[in-house]
Amino acid sequence: MKKLLLTGVAGLALAAQMASAQVDEDAPMGGTMIVTYKDDVATLDPAIGYDWQNWSMIKSLFDGLMGYEPGTTTLRNELASDVQISEDGMVYTVTLKDGIKFHNGREIVADDVKYSLERVTNPETRSPGAGFFGMIDGFDSWNAGEGDGLSGVKVIDDKTVEITLSRPDATFGHVLALNFASIVPKEAVEASGEDFGREPVGSGAFKLAEWSPGQRVVFERFEEYHRENLPKLDQVTFEIGLEPTVALLRLQQGQADVPGDGIPPAQFLQVMNDPAQADNVIEGGQLHTGYITLNTQMAPFDNVDVRKAVNMAINKDRIVRIINGRAVPANQPLPPTMPGYAEDYEGYAFDPAAAKEMLAEAGFADGFSTELYVMNVDPNPRIAQAIQQDLSEIGIDAEIRSLAQANVIAAGGEADQAPMIWSGGMAWIADFPDPSNFYGPILGCAGAVQGGWNWAWYCNEELDARAAEADAMTGAENEEARIEAWKSIYLDVMEDAPWVPVFNEQRFTLTSDSIAGDDSLFVDPVHIPVNYDYIYSKDAE
Amino acid sequence: MQAYLVRRLFESALILLGITLVTFILLYLVPADPARQIAGRSATAETVQNIRDQLGLNDPFFVQYWRYLTALFQGDMGRSYLQRAEVSELIAARLPASLLLMVAAIVTELIFGLTIGIIAALRRNRPADHGLMIFSFVSISAPQFVIGILLLYIFAVKLGWFPIGGYGTFAHVVLPAITLGFLGAGWYSRMMRSSMIDVLGQDFVRTAQAKGLAKGRIILRHVIPNAVLPIIAMIGIDIGLFMSGIVVVESVYGWPGIGQLAWQAIQRVDIPVIMGVTMVSATAIVLGNLLADLVAPMIDPRIKTK
Repeated sequence: MKKLLLTGVAGLALAAQMASAQVDEDAPMGGTMIVTYKDDVATLDPAIGYDWQNWSMIKSLFDGLMGYEPGTTTLRNELASDVQISEDGMVYTVTLKDGIKFHNGREIVADDVKYSLERVTNPETRSPGAGFFGMIDGFDSWNAGEGDGLSGVKVIDDKTVEITLSRPDATFGHVLALNFASIVPKEAVEASGEDFGREPVGSGAFKLAEWSPGQRVVFERFEEYHRENLPKLDQVTFEIGLEPTVALLRLQQGQADVPGDGIPPAQFLQVMNDPAQADNVIEGGQLHTGYITLNTQMAPFDNVDVRKAVNMAINKDRIVRIINGRAVPANQPLPPTMPGYAEDYEGYAFDPAAAKEMLAEAGFADGFSTELYVMNVDPNPRIAQAIQQDLSEIGIDAEIRSLAQANVIAAGGEADQAPMIWSGGMAWIADFPDPSNFYGPILGCAGAVQGGWNWAWYCNEELDARAAEADAMTGAENEEARIEAWKSIYLDVMEDAPWVPVFNEQRFTLTSDSIAGDDSLFVDPVHIPVNYDYIYSKDAE
Repeated sequence: MQAYLVRRLFESALILLGITLVTFILLYLVPADPARQIAGRSATAETVQNIRDQLGLNDPFFVQYWRYLTALFQGDMGRSYLQRAEVSELIAARLPASLLLMVAAIVTELIFGLTIGIIAALRRNRPADHGLMIFSFVSISAPQFVIGILLLYIFAVKLGWFPIGGYGTFAHVVLPAITLGFLGAGWYSRMMRSSMIDVLGQDFVRTAQAKGLAKGRIILRHVIPNAVLPIIAMIGIDIGLFMSGIVVVESVYGWPGIGQLAWQAIQRVDIPVIMGVTMVSATAIVLGNLLADLVAPMIDPRIKTK
């Protein structure tokens, strides 16, 4: 017996699905939109692009086998018309849709799927996403530069691909929906070589029309897109090189529709206090947690009571106020919008007196001196100062080390360098909406290596084993048990207190008066800042 | 003269070589690992290692430096780590915009600087002189970022005379050129003022006055041409000042030049691009200085080339 991949989550998001379907049919076609950015686009190659700016752009230029319902975290078929999973969860048989085409007009066939997955996992591609495909059979040898391809990916016929895994993995559907799993045409990649990121050819709703370095990138409608009546807009223009402050001025003058870098912190209150502008701000959750790592291998943070005391010493409400309330206080690693978030968990309540007592019991009645690493971009140094003040209340004297992002990351990757790091500006935002994505690299043993991202150097082998077990629970009938398993893992992490979870950032998207769409499209959890494919122009009516 | 030129060119080449070494050492010493920037946060340690191998980052310093240098001599500046494009192409695409901005800024600062300097010198120690010198003092000290935002807000947003940042038409270049030229204008006005005062006190001016020439004619035909000479030679040296200015000004106005490119590359530890931009700016500065030294004796024969 085989089962459909989607049934497990389908019920969960049925309402959202219907809502977005409504948006599609009624919205008019045509019109344009201008999105502003400060930095130039690094690349539009789906195997390479991995920042917030190009992530969403690539989603509009390329398609993978799987994708998400607009405005939700619900998986849906994209280029695949059908995905069958074997009973043991090891073999995925994917059938492609009929009549799907690349921007160059060629029909997409099963060979393209094999080529694309092999390209992203080929060590010569130097893809930052290669590691996501570790569960595909043959990955280890191919990624090490041996053999002549991914043995786990077999082309059955023009329309069918069979993907064999080396271990059952409940997240594989999400992996197929990552940008890194986008299907690319071999002939275009080979013709462009290293420049494919400048001359992208995909099958997405938009195709690249113009790229003037440092000035603008223009997308225009792909007429043969496989979904009907999409995209809504004829054209999306990305104006590059605009400081967020300048971008806001442009928007206020009607010369831009979405400031891609968001509302600048200094102007946030001004915007929110102006009713006309506040009306155009859409607030939503984000799969993000900002946290302080406590290096569990460095004294005195190797003492769990010290870590707990620090957890109780931090006034999270005040930190949220520092960033103008653009976040909600956190008490656990997972953000509230992530499946597996423990609603009823209370965490470590703010209580400096109890914290001080606990610190005294741990043998630090007089406190101690330590260092707090932080990225040197506003508002992070201000947040670090608040943390510093909170710590001094319980006798801990933390010196702030404010450095460039790359240097903080480098310090965190050394076992004995950074006792505490405020993660702001580098904080974890999920790659895909699954609780497992908050574990491996940042809390698991695999990340507690030199150059890793587990800056707390936390390694609990029992939890690692339970995490592996949870991810092996495939299939719809296990979905709920799996989420529960993950929930208990994160709560047990909090028992060891390697982090102080501080807040979950909220998203505030500002738009002009001339574009519209369901609110969920403007705070789409997968498309940041907005879902370019489904938003429509009021001028088109 | 020819021997002088050859010697100066040789010296310039040595300076540039020194700059490649110093920049390379500095970038080598930065604790940030470019391979990790490329690999991103989900990468395994093996992936990072593989990237280091491919980029040759595991080689000893001198091997890396020698490889860079030999490629550079063949005109190959390497590929951007993050954009994967040829560094030479990235710079070539942005150089015209920076040059245009620079020329416009030079014109701006000369027009403003010389005019202010001349008026101040002629009204020496009178209220106009004091007022203008205060202005020049402010323009030398004002941070370009603030001036940029201020001009943008007043002239583009409030008055709507110019576009709010961007690139393309003559209107786009006005505000960035003024912002960049503002600092130089103050600088030149002070130099022009003292140069004018210097010339005004010289014998030939007194002779002209004694001959009964009209005052306007003396100023225009005799004083200004003599006073302006030393300043022209300064423009070449100024290029270094511009190179630091464009990073800020381009970022405020969204001007697609190499300053913007450099700023982004620095944030992302994109070493080949940082090296490339540094080399191009260093070459411009060295050439500017060379040109200044070569032009100076032509303008003023008292300066000898040795």
